Amino acid sequence: MTNSPLTSDGAMVRVDGLRKSYGQVEAVRGVSLEVQRGEVVVIIGPSGCGKSTFLRCINLLEEPQAGSLRVLDRRIEFGPKNSIPKGRELARFRAGIGMVFQQFDLFPHKTVLDNVMAGPVIVKKMAKVDAEPIARDLLAKVGLAGFTARYPRELSGGQQQRVAIARAMAMQPAIMLFDEVTSALDPELVGEVLDVMKQLAAEGTTMMVVTHEMSFAQDVADRIVVMDAGQVVEQGEAAEVLMRPKNARTAQFLSRFHGTREVKTSKD
Amino acid sequence: MTVEFVLAAYKWDFSLVPNYLHLWMKGLGVTLAYSVGTILGGMVIGVVCGMLLLARTKWITLPVHYYVEIFRCTPLLVQIVWFYFALPIVLDVTMPDWFAAGLGLTLYMGAFATEIVRGGIISIDKGQWQASRALGMTWLELMQHIILPQAIKRMTPPFVNQSIIQLKNTSLLYVVAIPDLMYTGSIIVSDTFRPLEVYSVVAIAYFVILYPLTLWAARLEARVDQ
Repeated sequence: MTNSPLTSDGAMVRVDGLRKSYGQVEAVRGVSLEVQRGEVVVIIGPSGCGKSTFLRCINLLEEPQAGSLRVLDRRIEFGPKNSIPKGRELARFRAGIGMVFQQFDLFPHKTVLDNVMAGPVIVKKMAKVDAEPIARDLLAKVGLAGFTARYPRELSGGQQQRVAIARAMAMQPAIMLFDEVTSALDPELVGEVLDVMKQLAAEGTTMMVVTHEMSFAQDVADRIVVMDAGQVVEQGEAAEVLMRPKNARTAQFLSRFHGTREVKTSKD
Repeated sequence: MTVEFVLAAYKWDFSLVPNYLHLWMKGLGVTLAYSVGTILGGMVIGVVCGMLLLARTKWITLPVHYYVEIFRCTPLLVQIVWFYFALPIVLDVTMPDWFAAGLGLTLYMGAFATEIVRGGIISIDKGQWQASRALGMTWLELMQHIILPQAIKRMTPPFVNQSIIQLKNTSLLYVVAIPDLMYTGSIIVSDTFRPLEVYSVVAIAYFVILYPLTLWAARLEARVDQ
Protein backbone atom coordinates (compact mmCIF):
# COMPACT_ATOMS: atom_id res chain seq x y z
CA MET A 1 0.00 0.00 0.00
CA THR A 2 3.03 2.32 0.18
CA ASN A 3 3.53 4.77 -2.63
CA SER A 4 5.92 3.34 -5.13
CA PRO A 5 8.23 6.03 -6.46
CA LEU A 6 6.96 5.47 -9.97
CA THR A 7 3.33 6.17 -9.30
CA SER A 8 3.73 8.81 -6.64
CA ASP A 9 5.95 10.97 -8.80
CA GLY A 10 3.42 12.87 -10.84
CA ALA A 11 0.35 11.77 -8.93
CA MET A 12 -1.67 14.74 -7.80
CA VAL A 13 -4.21 12.63 -5.96
CA ARG A 14 -3.90 9.12 -4.69
CA VAL A 15 -6.79 7.37 -3.03
CA ASP A 16 -6.54 3.97 -1.39
CA GLY A 17 -9.42 1.79 -0.23
CA LEU A 18 -11.70 4.73 0.53
CA ARG A 19 -14.92 3.94 2.32
CA LYS A 20 -17.79 6.20 3.29
CA SER A 21 -21.11 5.16 4.76
CA TYR A 22 -24.12 6.92 6.17
CA GLY A 23 -25.37 4.76 9.00
CA GLN A 24 -26.11 1.39 7.41
CA VAL A 25 -25.77 2.62 3.84
CA GLU A 26 -22.31 2.28 2.32
CA ALA A 27 -22.02 4.93 -0.39
CA VAL A 28 -18.36 4.39 -1.24
CA ARG A 29 -17.04 0.86 -0.80
CA GLY A 30 -13.30 0.76 -1.10
CA VAL A 31 -12.30 3.00 -3.99
CA SER A 32 -8.67 3.31 -5.05
CA LEU A 33 -7.69 5.82 -7.69
CA GLU A 34 -4.79 7.92 -8.87
CA VAL A 35 -4.91 11.17 -10.74
CA GLN A 36 -1.75 12.42 -12.46
CA ARG A 37 -0.77 16.03 -12.81
CA GLY A 38 -2.63 17.59 -15.73
CA GLU A 39 -4.91 14.61 -16.13
CA VAL A 40 -8.65 14.89 -16.69
CA VAL A 41 -10.45 12.02 -15.01
CA VAL A 42 -14.14 11.72 -15.68
CA ILE A 43 -16.18 9.62 -13.29
CA ILE A 44 -19.42 8.22 -14.62
CA GLY A 45 -21.99 5.78 -13.36
CA PRO A 46 -25.69 5.42 -12.62
CA SER A 47 -27.41 7.72 -10.12
CA GLY A 48 -26.64 6.76 -6.55
CA CYS A 49 -23.48 4.89 -7.46
CA GLY A 50 -21.49 6.98 -4.98
CA LYS A 51 -19.53 9.05 -7.50
CA SER A 52 -20.53 12.42 -6.00
CA THR A 53 -19.88 11.21 -2.47
CA PHE A 54 -16.50 9.96 -3.60
CA LEU A 55 -15.67 13.34 -5.11
CA ARG A 56 -16.73 15.13 -1.92
CA CYS A 57 -14.36 12.93 0.04
CA ILE A 58 -11.39 14.29 -1.94
CA ASN A 59 -11.68 17.73 -0.28
CA LEU A 60 -13.13 16.24 2.90
CA LEU A 61 -16.59 17.77 2.56
CA GLU A 62 -17.43 14.20 3.51
CA GLU A 63 -15.34 12.38 6.08
CA PRO A 64 -14.47 8.87 4.94
CA GLN A 65 -14.35 6.11 7.55
CA ALA A 66 -11.59 4.03 6.06
CA GLY A 67 -8.75 4.17 3.60
CA SER A 68 -6.31 6.92 2.85
CA LEU A 69 -6.04 9.98 0.68
CA ARG A 70 -3.10 11.92 -0.59
CA VAL A 71 -3.38 15.25 -2.36
CA LEU A 72 0.01 16.59 -3.48
CA ASP A 73 2.23 15.83 -0.48
CA ARG A 74 -0.53 15.85 2.13
CA ARG A 75 -1.40 12.34 3.23
CA ILE A 76 -4.46 11.63 5.35
CA GLU A 77 -5.46 8.36 6.96
CA PHE A 78 -9.03 7.44 7.84
CA GLY A 79 -10.27 4.83 10.24
CA PRO A 80 -8.28 3.64 13.29
CA LYS A 81 -5.18 5.71 12.42
CA ASN A 82 -7.40 8.68 11.64
CA SER A 83 -5.44 11.81 10.77
CA ILE A 84 -8.22 14.01 9.43
CA PRO A 85 -7.09 17.62 9.81
CA LYS A 86 -9.25 19.97 11.86
CA GLY A 87 -9.95 23.68 11.93
CA ARG A 88 -7.42 25.88 10.21
CA GLU A 89 -5.42 22.92 8.95
CA LEU A 90 -8.48 21.43 7.28
CA ALA A 91 -9.33 24.80 5.74
CA ARG A 92 -5.81 25.07 4.37
CA PHE A 93 -6.03 21.59 2.89
CA ARG A 94 -9.26 22.48 1.12
CA ALA A 95 -7.86 25.78 -0.14
CA GLY A 96 -5.60 23.83 -2.49
CA ILE A 97 -8.55 22.01 -4.08
CA GLY A 98 -11.12 23.81 -6.21
CA MET A 99 -14.68 22.57 -6.34
CA VAL A 100 -17.70 23.46 -8.43
CA PHE A 101 -21.17 22.29 -7.44
CA GLN A 102 -24.39 21.36 -9.18
CA GLN A 103 -26.29 24.32 -7.71
CA PHE A 104 -23.47 26.90 -8.30
CA ASP A 105 -23.76 28.10 -4.67
CA LEU A 106 -22.53 31.61 -5.46
CA PHE A 107 -22.64 34.09 -2.59
CA PRO A 108 -25.87 36.04 -3.26
CA HIS A 109 -24.86 39.08 -1.20
CA LYS A 110 -21.68 39.63 -3.19
CA THR A 111 -21.20 40.90 -6.71
CA VAL A 112 -19.80 38.61 -9.37
CA LEU A 113 -16.38 40.23 -8.92
CA ASP A 114 -16.50 39.87 -5.13
CA ASN A 115 -17.53 36.25 -5.49
CA VAL A 116 -14.42 35.52 -7.51
CA MET A 117 -12.27 37.58 -5.13
CA ALA A 118 -13.72 35.87 -2.05
CA GLY A 119 -11.16 33.05 -1.92
CA PRO A 120 -7.99 35.14 -2.33
CA VAL A 121 -9.26 37.94 -0.07
CA ILE A 122 -10.92 35.97 2.73
CA VAL A 123 -8.77 32.86 2.78
CA LYS A 124 -5.40 34.03 1.51
CA LYS A 125 -5.79 37.53 3.03
CA MET A 126 -4.71 39.00 -0.27
CA ALA A 127 -5.16 42.77 -0.62
CA LYS A 128 -8.23 43.64 -2.70
CA VAL A 129 -6.17 45.63 -5.17
CA ASP A 130 -4.08 42.54 -5.82
CA ALA A 131 -7.01 40.14 -5.99
CA GLU A 132 -9.09 42.25 -8.33
CA PRO A 133 -6.95 41.89 -11.48
CA ILE A 134 -6.79 38.12 -10.92
CA ALA A 135 -10.56 37.99 -10.62
CA ARG A 136 -11.10 40.20 -13.67
CA ASP A 137 -8.77 38.04 -15.76
CA LEU A 138 -10.62 34.88 -14.74
CA LEU A 139 -14.00 36.43 -15.46
CA ALA A 140 -12.76 37.50 -18.88
CA LYS A 141 -11.56 33.97 -19.44
CA VAL A 142 -15.00 32.49 -18.71
CA GLY A 143 -16.55 35.12 -20.98
CA LEU A 144 -18.09 37.32 -18.29
CA ALA A 145 -15.84 40.38 -18.35
CA GLY A 146 -18.87 42.65 -18.60
CA PHE A 147 -20.69 41.15 -15.62
CA THR A 148 -18.37 42.03 -12.76
CA ALA A 149 -20.77 44.44 -11.04
CA ARG A 150 -23.82 42.20 -11.34
CA TYR A 151 -25.27 40.08 -8.56
CA PRO A 152 -25.64 36.31 -9.04
CA ARG A 153 -29.46 36.47 -9.15
CA GLU A 154 -29.21 38.67 -12.25
CA LEU A 155 -27.36 35.95 -14.17
CA SER A 156 -28.54 32.86 -16.02
CA GLY A 157 -27.67 29.46 -14.61
CA GLY A 158 -24.92 28.96 -17.17
CA GLN A 159 -23.39 32.34 -16.36
CA GLN A 160 -23.60 31.63 -12.64
CA GLN A 161 -21.84 28.33 -13.09
CA ARG A 162 -19.06 30.00 -15.07
CA VAL A 163 -18.64 32.49 -12.22
CA ALA A 164 -18.45 29.55 -9.81
CA ILE A 165 -15.66 28.03 -11.93
CA ALA A 166 -13.80 31.35 -11.90
CA ARG A 167 -14.30 31.61 -8.14
CA ALA A 168 -12.73 28.19 -7.60
CA MET A 169 -9.89 28.90 -10.05
CA ALA A 170 -9.04 32.15 -8.25
CA MET A 171 -7.48 30.06 -5.47
CA GLN A 172 -5.08 28.58 -8.06
CA PRO A 173 -5.94 25.08 -6.90
CA ALA A 174 -3.77 22.09 -7.62
CA ILE A 175 -6.84 20.20 -8.78
CA MET A 176 -10.40 21.06 -9.74
CA LEU A 177 -13.38 18.93 -8.73
CA PHE A 178 -16.57 19.21 -10.77
CA ASP A 179 -19.67 17.69 -9.22
CA GLU A 180 -22.39 17.32 -11.87
CA VAL A 181 -21.97 20.98 -12.73
CA THR A 182 -24.33 20.94 -15.71
CA SER A 183 -27.12 18.84 -14.19
CA ALA A 184 -29.12 21.83 -12.92
CA LEU A 185 -28.83 23.79 -16.17
CA ASP A 186 -31.30 24.22 -18.97
CA PRO A 187 -30.07 22.16 -21.93
CA GLU A 188 -29.21 25.20 -24.03
CA LEU A 189 -26.89 26.50 -21.28
CA VAL A 190 -24.91 23.31 -20.81
CA GLY A 191 -22.58 24.00 -23.74
CA GLU A 192 -21.16 27.27 -22.46
CA VAL A 193 -20.14 25.66 -19.18
CA LEU A 194 -18.63 22.61 -20.86
CA ASP A 195 -16.68 24.91 -23.19
CA VAL A 196 -15.06 26.60 -20.20
CA MET A 197 -14.19 23.20 -18.75
CA LYS A 198 -12.71 22.08 -22.06
CA GLN A 199 -10.59 25.20 -22.10
CA LEU A 200 -9.32 24.48 -18.58
CA ALA A 201 -8.53 20.91 -19.58
CA ALA A 202 -6.64 22.12 -22.64
CA GLU A 203 -4.53 24.38 -20.42
CA GLY A 204 -3.42 21.38 -18.41
CA THR A 205 -5.63 21.79 -15.33
CA THR A 206 -5.84 18.63 -13.29
CA MET A 207 -9.53 17.78 -13.12
CA MET A 208 -11.83 15.21 -11.58
CA VAL A 209 -15.23 15.46 -13.20
CA VAL A 210 -18.41 13.71 -12.13
CA THR A 211 -20.88 14.07 -14.96
CA HIS A 212 -23.64 12.58 -17.04
CA GLU A 213 -22.38 14.40 -20.14
CA MET A 214 -20.98 11.48 -22.12
CA SER A 215 -19.93 13.53 -25.10
CA PHE A 216 -17.83 15.69 -22.78
CA ALA A 217 -16.32 12.54 -21.30
CA GLN A 218 -15.50 11.28 -24.76
CA ASP A 219 -13.96 14.54 -25.96
CA VAL A 220 -12.05 15.66 -22.90
CA ALA A 221 -11.35 12.76 -20.55
CA ASP A 222 -7.87 11.34 -20.44
CA ARG A 223 -9.36 8.52 -18.43
CA ILE A 224 -12.85 7.40 -17.62
CA VAL A 225 -13.70 5.78 -14.32
CA VAL A 226 -16.96 3.88 -14.11
CA MET A 227 -18.51 3.47 -10.69
CA ASP A 228 -21.36 1.25 -9.66
CA ALA A 229 -22.72 0.54 -6.19
CA GLY A 230 -19.90 2.42 -4.52
CA GLN A 231 -17.06 0.70 -6.36
CA VAL A 232 -14.93 1.33 -9.42
CA VAL A 233 -16.01 -1.31 -11.91
CA GLU A 234 -13.93 -0.21 -14.85
CA GLN A 235 -11.46 2.42 -15.88
CA GLY A 236 -9.34 3.26 -18.86
CA GLU A 237 -8.94 5.50 -21.86
CA ALA A 238 -12.12 7.24 -22.89
CA ALA A 239 -12.50 5.62 -26.29
CA GLU A 240 -11.72 2.21 -24.88
CA VAL A 241 -14.23 2.36 -22.03
CA LEU A 242 -17.00 4.04 -23.99
CA MET A 243 -16.73 1.91 -27.13
CA ARG A 244 -15.51 -1.44 -25.80
CA PRO A 245 -16.53 -1.69 -22.18
CA LYS A 246 -15.28 -4.87 -20.55
CA ASN A 247 -17.69 -4.83 -17.67
CA ALA A 248 -21.30 -5.91 -18.13
CA ARG A 249 -22.63 -3.14 -15.86
CA THR A 250 -20.67 -0.56 -17.82
CA ALA A 251 -22.02 -1.85 -21.08
CA GLN A 252 -25.55 -1.72 -19.76
CA PHE A 253 -25.06 1.80 -18.43
CA LEU A 254 -23.52 3.00 -21.67
CA SER A 255 -26.15 1.47 -23.92
CA ARG A 256 -28.52 4.28 -22.99
CA PHE A 257 -25.89 6.87 -23.79
CA HIS A 258 -25.06 5.39 -27.15
CA GLY A 259 -28.70 5.62 -28.03
CA THR A 260 -28.94 9.32 -27.21
CA ARG A 261 -25.61 10.14 -28.82
CA GLU A 262 -26.73 8.74 -32.16
CA VAL A 263 -29.78 10.97 -32.03
CA LYS A 264 -27.53 13.93 -31.31
CA THR A 265 -25.07 13.26 -34.11
CA SER A 266 -27.81 12.70 -36.65
CA LYS A 267 -29.18 16.15 -35.80
CA ASP A 268 -25.83 17.91 -36.24
CA MET B 1 -78.37 51.10 32.14
CA THR B 2 -76.53 52.49 35.12
CA VAL B 3 -73.14 51.79 33.59
CA GLU B 4 -73.99 53.69 30.43
CA PHE B 5 -75.29 56.49 32.50
CA VAL B 6 -72.14 56.70 34.57
CA LEU B 7 -69.87 56.61 31.53
CA ALA B 8 -71.82 59.28 29.81
CA ALA B 9 -71.72 61.39 32.92
CA TYR B 10 -67.98 61.04 33.46
CA LYS B 11 -66.27 64.33 32.90
CA TRP B 12 -62.85 63.84 31.38
CA ASP B 13 -60.33 66.21 32.80
CA PHE B 14 -56.76 66.06 31.54
CA SER B 15 -55.81 69.39 33.08
CA LEU B 16 -53.84 67.76 35.88
CA VAL B 17 -51.76 65.55 33.60
CA PRO B 18 -49.16 68.15 32.46
CA ASN B 19 -48.44 69.10 36.06
CA TYR B 20 -46.46 65.92 36.36
CA LEU B 21 -44.39 66.44 33.23
CA HIS B 22 -41.17 65.91 35.11
CA LEU B 23 -42.38 62.56 36.48
CA TRP B 24 -43.69 61.53 33.06
CA MET B 25 -40.34 62.19 31.49
CA LYS B 26 -38.54 60.24 34.16
CA GLY B 27 -40.92 57.33 33.71
CA LEU B 28 -40.46 57.43 29.96
CA GLY B 29 -36.70 57.48 30.47
CA VAL B 30 -36.85 54.42 32.73
CA THR B 31 -39.02 52.54 30.24
CA LEU B 32 -36.67 53.35 27.37
CA ALA B 33 -33.58 52.55 29.44
CA TYR B 34 -34.93 49.14 30.46
CA SER B 35 -36.04 48.46 26.90
CA VAL B 36 -32.66 49.30 25.38
CA GLY B 37 -30.72 47.64 28.18
CA THR B 38 -32.64 44.37 28.22
CA ILE B 39 -32.82 44.22 24.42
CA LEU B 40 -29.06 44.70 24.10
CA GLY B 41 -28.40 42.22 26.90
CA GLY B 42 -30.80 39.76 25.28
CA MET B 43 -29.10 40.29 21.93
CA VAL B 44 -25.70 39.37 23.34
CA ILE B 45 -27.17 36.28 24.97
CA GLY B 46 -28.98 35.46 21.74
CA VAL B 47 -25.86 35.67 19.58
CA VAL B 48 -23.81 33.54 21.98
CA CYS B 49 -26.52 30.95 22.69
CA GLY B 50 -27.74 30.92 19.08
CA MET B 51 -24.23 30.00 17.94
CA LEU B 52 -23.86 27.45 20.73
CA LEU B 53 -27.01 25.72 19.45
CA LEU B 54 -25.10 25.00 16.22
CA ALA B 55 -22.55 22.93 18.12
CA ARG B 56 -22.48 19.21 17.49
CA THR B 57 -22.17 18.07 21.09
CA LYS B 58 -25.29 17.62 23.17
CA TRP B 59 -23.44 18.82 26.25
CA ILE B 60 -23.46 22.28 24.74
CA THR B 61 -26.79 22.36 22.93
CA LEU B 62 -28.90 20.70 25.61
CA PRO B 63 -28.38 23.29 28.40
CA VAL B 64 -29.02 26.10 25.92
CA HIS B 65 -32.10 24.33 24.67
CA TYR B 66 -33.47 24.03 28.20
CA TYR B 67 -32.67 27.65 28.95
CA VAL B 68 -34.71 28.72 25.93
CA GLU B 69 -37.62 26.42 26.71
CA ILE B 70 -37.80 27.41 30.39
CA PHE B 71 -38.08 31.07 29.48
CA ARG B 72 -40.49 30.44 26.66
CA CYS B 73 -42.74 28.21 28.73
CA THR B 74 -43.11 30.29 31.89
CA PRO B 75 -44.94 33.61 32.12
CA LEU B 76 -42.73 36.66 31.97
CA LEU B 77 -44.45 38.14 35.00
CA VAL B 78 -43.48 35.08 37.02
CA GLN B 79 -39.89 35.33 35.75
CA ILE B 80 -39.60 38.98 36.75
CA VAL B 81 -40.96 38.33 40.21
CA TRP B 82 -38.84 35.22 40.68
CA PHE B 83 -35.58 36.84 39.63
CA TYR B 84 -36.36 39.89 41.72
CA PHE B 85 -37.29 38.13 44.97
CA ALA B 86 -36.05 34.54 44.82
CA LEU B 87 -32.78 34.62 42.94
CA PRO B 88 -30.86 36.80 45.42
CA ILE B 89 -31.91 34.35 48.16
CA VAL B 90 -31.12 31.25 46.12
CA LEU B 91 -27.66 32.57 45.25
CA ASP B 92 -27.25 34.24 48.61
CA VAL B 93 -26.04 37.43 47.02
CA THR B 94 -27.24 40.98 47.24
CA MET B 95 -27.79 42.75 43.97
CA PRO B 96 -29.10 46.21 43.24
CA ASP B 97 -32.88 46.34 42.81
CA TRP B 98 -32.67 47.84 39.35
CA PHE B 99 -30.43 44.96 38.26
CA ALA B 100 -32.53 42.17 39.75
CA ALA B 101 -35.62 43.70 38.18
CA GLY B 102 -34.07 43.70 34.70
CA LEU B 103 -32.65 40.20 34.93
CA GLY B 104 -35.87 38.37 34.13
CA LEU B 105 -36.58 40.66 31.19
CA THR B 106 -33.08 40.27 29.82
CA LEU B 107 -33.06 36.49 30.03
CA TYR B 108 -36.53 36.39 28.50
CA MET B 109 -35.36 38.50 25.57
CA GLY B 110 -32.24 36.36 25.36
CA ALA B 111 -34.30 33.19 24.97
CA PHE B 112 -36.24 34.59 22.03
CA ALA B 113 -33.13 36.19 20.52
CA THR B 114 -31.41 32.80 20.70
CA GLU B 115 -34.14 31.27 18.58
CA ILE B 116 -34.00 34.18 16.14
CA VAL B 117 -30.22 33.88 15.73
CA ARG B 118 -30.33 30.11 15.36
CA GLY B 119 -33.23 30.33 12.91
CA GLY B 120 -31.48 32.99 10.86
CA ILE B 121 -28.30 30.98 10.57
CA ILE B 122 -29.86 27.64 9.72
CA SER B 123 -32.10 29.31 7.13
CA ILE B 124 -29.00 29.93 5.01
CA ASP B 125 -28.75 27.35 2.25
CA LYS B 126 -26.29 24.57 3.03
CA GLY B 127 -24.70 25.18 -0.34
CA GLN B 128 -23.31 28.41 1.06
CA TRP B 129 -21.54 26.46 3.78
CA GLN B 130 -20.08 23.87 1.44
CA ALA B 131 -18.97 26.46 -1.11
CA SER B 132 -17.23 28.46 1.63
CA ARG B 133 -15.60 25.38 3.07
CA ALA B 134 -14.50 24.22 -0.35
CA LEU B 135 -12.75 27.57 -0.89
CA GLY B 136 -10.80 26.92 2.30
CA MET B 137 -12.56 29.20 4.75
CA THR B 138 -12.35 28.46 8.45
CA TRP B 139 -15.53 28.45 10.52
CA LEU B 140 -14.92 32.00 11.67
CA GLU B 141 -14.20 33.24 8.16
CA LEU B 142 -17.29 31.70 6.65
CA MET B 143 -19.44 32.94 9.53
CA GLN B 144 -18.10 36.47 9.29
CA HIS B 145 -18.05 36.88 5.52
CA ILE B 146 -20.67 34.53 4.12
CA ILE B 147 -23.24 33.26 6.62
CA LEU B 148 -23.81 36.15 9.04
CA PRO B 149 -24.11 38.93 6.43
CA GLN B 150 -26.95 36.95 4.87
CA ALA B 151 -28.44 35.70 8.14
CA ILE B 152 -28.50 39.09 9.87
CA LYS B 153 -30.68 40.45 7.09
CA ARG B 154 -33.18 37.68 7.81
CA MET B 155 -32.90 38.04 11.58
CA THR B 156 -33.65 41.76 11.59
CA PRO B 157 -37.45 41.75 11.11
CA PRO B 158 -38.18 39.13 13.82
CA PHE B 159 -35.71 40.87 16.06
CA VAL B 160 -37.41 44.24 15.64
CA ASN B 161 -40.76 42.58 16.29
CA GLN B 162 -39.46 40.96 19.46
CA SER B 163 -38.00 44.30 20.55
CA ILE B 164 -41.40 45.93 20.16
CA ILE B 165 -42.91 43.23 22.37
CA GLN B 166 -40.04 43.73 24.80
CA LEU B 167 -40.72 47.46 25.12
CA LYS B 168 -44.33 46.69 26.00
CA ASN B 169 -43.20 44.00 28.43
CA THR B 170 -41.18 46.49 30.46
CA SER B 171 -44.54 47.68 31.82
CA LEU B 172 -44.53 44.47 33.89
CA LEU B 173 -41.74 46.02 35.96
CA TYR B 174 -44.66 47.73 37.65
CA VAL B 175 -44.95 44.73 40.00
CA VAL B 176 -41.46 45.24 41.42
CA ALA B 177 -41.95 48.98 41.82
CA ILE B 178 -39.54 50.12 39.12
CA PRO B 179 -40.67 53.66 38.24
CA ASP B 180 -41.24 53.11 34.53
CA LEU B 181 -44.01 54.71 32.51
CA MET B 182 -46.64 52.37 33.91
CA TYR B 183 -45.58 52.63 37.55
CA THR B 184 -45.22 56.40 37.22
CA GLY B 185 -48.80 56.43 35.98
CA SER B 186 -49.95 54.61 39.09
CA ILE B 187 -48.16 57.13 41.29
CA ILE B 188 -49.79 60.03 39.49
CA VAL B 189 -53.15 58.29 39.82
CA SER B 190 -52.76 58.06 43.58
CA ASP B 191 -52.01 61.74 43.61
CA THR B 192 -54.73 62.96 41.28
CA PHE B 193 -57.47 60.31 41.56
CA ARG B 194 -57.77 60.57 37.80
CA PRO B 195 -57.02 56.93 36.70
CA LEU B 196 -58.92 57.10 33.42
CA GLU B 197 -57.07 60.14 32.17
CA VAL B 198 -53.69 59.04 33.47
CA TYR B 199 -53.84 55.49 32.10
CA SER B 200 -55.13 56.84 28.81
CA VAL B 201 -52.03 58.99 28.61
CA VAL B 202 -49.88 55.98 29.47
CA ALA B 203 -51.50 53.97 26.67
CA ILE B 204 -51.09 56.80 24.19
CA ALA B 205 -47.43 57.20 25.15
CA TYR B 206 -46.70 53.52 24.44
CA PHE B 207 -48.56 53.77 21.16
CA VAL B 208 -46.72 56.88 20.03
CA ILE B 209 -43.37 55.17 20.65
CA LEU B 210 -44.28 51.82 19.18
CA TYR B 211 -46.39 52.64 16.15
CA PRO B 212 -43.50 54.10 14.14
CA LEU B 213 -41.41 51.09 15.12
CA THR B 214 -44.00 48.66 13.77
CA LEU B 215 -44.15 50.61 10.52
CA TRP B 216 -40.39 50.37 10.30
CA ALA B 217 -40.52 46.63 11.03
CA ALA B 218 -43.05 46.14 8.25
CA ARG B 219 -40.81 47.98 5.82
CA LEU B 220 -37.83 45.88 6.83
CA GLU B 221 -39.80 42.71 6.29
CA ALA B 222 -40.87 43.83 2.85
CA ARG B 223 -37.27 44.57 1.94
CA VAL B 224 -36.02 41.17 3.06
CA ASP B 225 -38.79 39.43 1.11
CA GLN B 226 -37.59 40.93 -2.15
